[in-house]
Amino acid sequence: MGDSACVPSTASAVPAPTVASRHSALVRVTHWITALCFLALLVSGAEIVISHPRFYWGETGNVGTEPAFRLPIPASRKLVPTGYGYVLPDQNGWSRYLHFQSAWIVVLTGLLYILSGFLTGHFRNHLSPSKADRSWRALSRSIASHLRFERPSSAETWSYNVLQRLSYLFVIFVLFPLVIWTGLAMSPAFVSAVPPTVNLLGGQQSARTLHFFVSLALVIFLLVHIGMLFLAGFRSRMRAMITGRAATPMERT
Amino acid sequence: MSDLSRRKLITTGLAATTSVLGLGAAAALAQKYGLAPPDHGGIYGLGETLNYASQRLLTRHSLAREFPRGKISKTPFANEIAPPSEAFKRLQAGKFADWRLSVSGMVARPASFSLDQLKSYPSSTHITMLQCEEGWSYIAEWHGVPLSHVLDAVGVLPQARYVVYFSIEPDWWDSIDMADALHPQTFLAYGLNGGDLPVGIGGPLRLRVPRQIGYKNVKFVTHLTVTDSMKGFGKGLGSASPEGGYAWYAGI
Repeated sequence: MGDSACVPSTASAVPAPTVASRHSALVRVTHWITALCFLALLVSGAEIVISHPRFYWGETGNVGTEPAFRLPIPASRKLVPTGYGYVLPDQNGWSRYLHFQSAWIVVLTGLLYILSGFLTGHFRNHLSPSKADRSWRALSRSIASHLRFERPSSAETWSYNVLQRLSYLFVIFVLFPLVIWTGLAMSPAFVSAVPPTVNLLGGQQSARTLHFFVSLALVIFLLVHIGMLFLAGFRSRMRAMITGRAATPMERT
Repeated sequence: MSDLSRRKLITTGLAATTSVLGLGAAAALAQKYGLAPPDHGGIYGLGETLNYASQRLLTRHSLAREFPRGKISKTPFANEIAPPSEAFKRLQAGKFADWRLSVSGMVARPASFSLDQLKSYPSSTHITMLQCEEGWSYIAEWHGVPLSHVLDAVGVLPQARYVVYFSIEPDWWDSIDMADALHPQTFLAYGLNGGDLPVGIGGPLRLRVPRQIGYKNVKFVTHLTVTDSMKGFGKGLGSASPEGGYAWYAGI
C-alpha cells in the first residue's frame, strides 16, 4: 500500500503518538504564499475584467465588434454598453500593479515548489497515485465516494486519495502553466520576443478569453478544495497545513 | 526534534533566505544597470522592477508583431477623451496647419517641426495592434515618421536615458526609455489606414509605441524632451500614469 509511505517513520517508533509531521515546512510555506497570491490575482483580475466584460475570439475585439460572449455585469468604462445605467469606478491602475506583482511572487514560489517537489520526491511519493490506485476501478470508487460526500477515511489524515492527487497534479502541471502562458500571451512586449506564445493560441483576444476560462477552472478548484476542507474536518486540516502537525486516528475530531 | 524535521527546517530556511537575498540582489543589480523603472519605489516596486527589467533584457530589440492587410480592423475604436481644450480647437479650426512639435532637453540642436516638415521625412508604415489595458484592441495601418529620425535630426546627447512626450491637453504626458525611443517601430504617427490620423484616434500627431499598452500612446503630441532623469518631471514617477495609479512600464 503506497499510502503507508506517507506516514513518517517516527510514527511506529514512538508509542501512541498524538501528533506527527504531516506537511513539510516548504509545502506549507509555498501553499500559503500561493493562496495569498491567488486571492490577490483573483480580486485584481476581476477588477480588470470589469473594465471590459466582453470576450472575443481571434486577434482583435472592441465595442464596435460582436463579442463571443459578455458577462452580465456593469462595467467601469462609460463606452462599454452593458445595459446598466451606471458606471463603476476605475480600479485598473492598482489592479494591474497588484496582478503582476502577485504573478511574479506566485511564479517564483511555484518554481521553488516544483524544483523541491522533484528533488525531495514529494511528487513521486505524495502526489502520483499509488500503484494500487492506478486503475479505473480505484478511480471510479474514489469518484463514487466523493459523490456520496463520504467523510474521508482516517488513512487520509496521512495521505491524499487518488482523486485528490490527480486534481492537485492537474492544477500544478496543467492549469498553472496554462494560466501563465495565456497571461504572457497578452503582453505586447513579451509576444514581440516570443510570437508563438500568442500565435499558437489563435490571437491576443483568444489568449484573453482562454486566460478567463483557465482562471475560472482555478476558482472552481479553490471552491471544491475549501468544500473538501470542511467535509474532512476544517480544524485538523488547517492545523496540518499551518503547523505541519496532524492528529493521529485516535485523536481525530 | 528529529533529524528529519531539523534537516527540513534548515533546508526551508535556506531556501527562504536565498529567495529573499536573491530578490534583493536582483533589485540592486536592476538599479545598477538602469533596469529599474522610474516608479520602482512603493509597495508595487518589486513587481514593476521585475516586469521592466526582465522584459528589457528579453525584448530590447524584438519587433512587435505586424499583420497582413487583411487583418486590419474594420472598426478602429476611438476611446473616450476629455473635451478638447481651446488651444486644440483653435489649431483644429486652422486644419492643424500651425501644429508644431518642439524638441528640447539633452539635444545638440533644439528644434520645432511643423506637420508638413514631419511628413516630408521618410515615412514609416506598420500594420500593428493597439491594445488597451481595459482588454479591447484593434489592428490598423499606421503612418508616421520614426521617432529615431526626429531624434537624429536634433542630435541626442549620449547621456540621454528617456524621451518625455507631452500632449497639448493638460496633465497628459508620458515617457519611454531610449530602447523604446530608438526602436524602429516607435514613431510619431500622423496617418491611419491611408488617410490622416482621425482626431478621435489621436490626430493630428500621436506617439505610437506598439510594444506597449494603449495608454503609453499619448494623443495630440506637441512637445518632446530628452532627459537623463525623470526626477524633474511631475512627481518623478516617469509619467502622469503612475501618479494616477497606472504603471510607467506598460509592455505587459
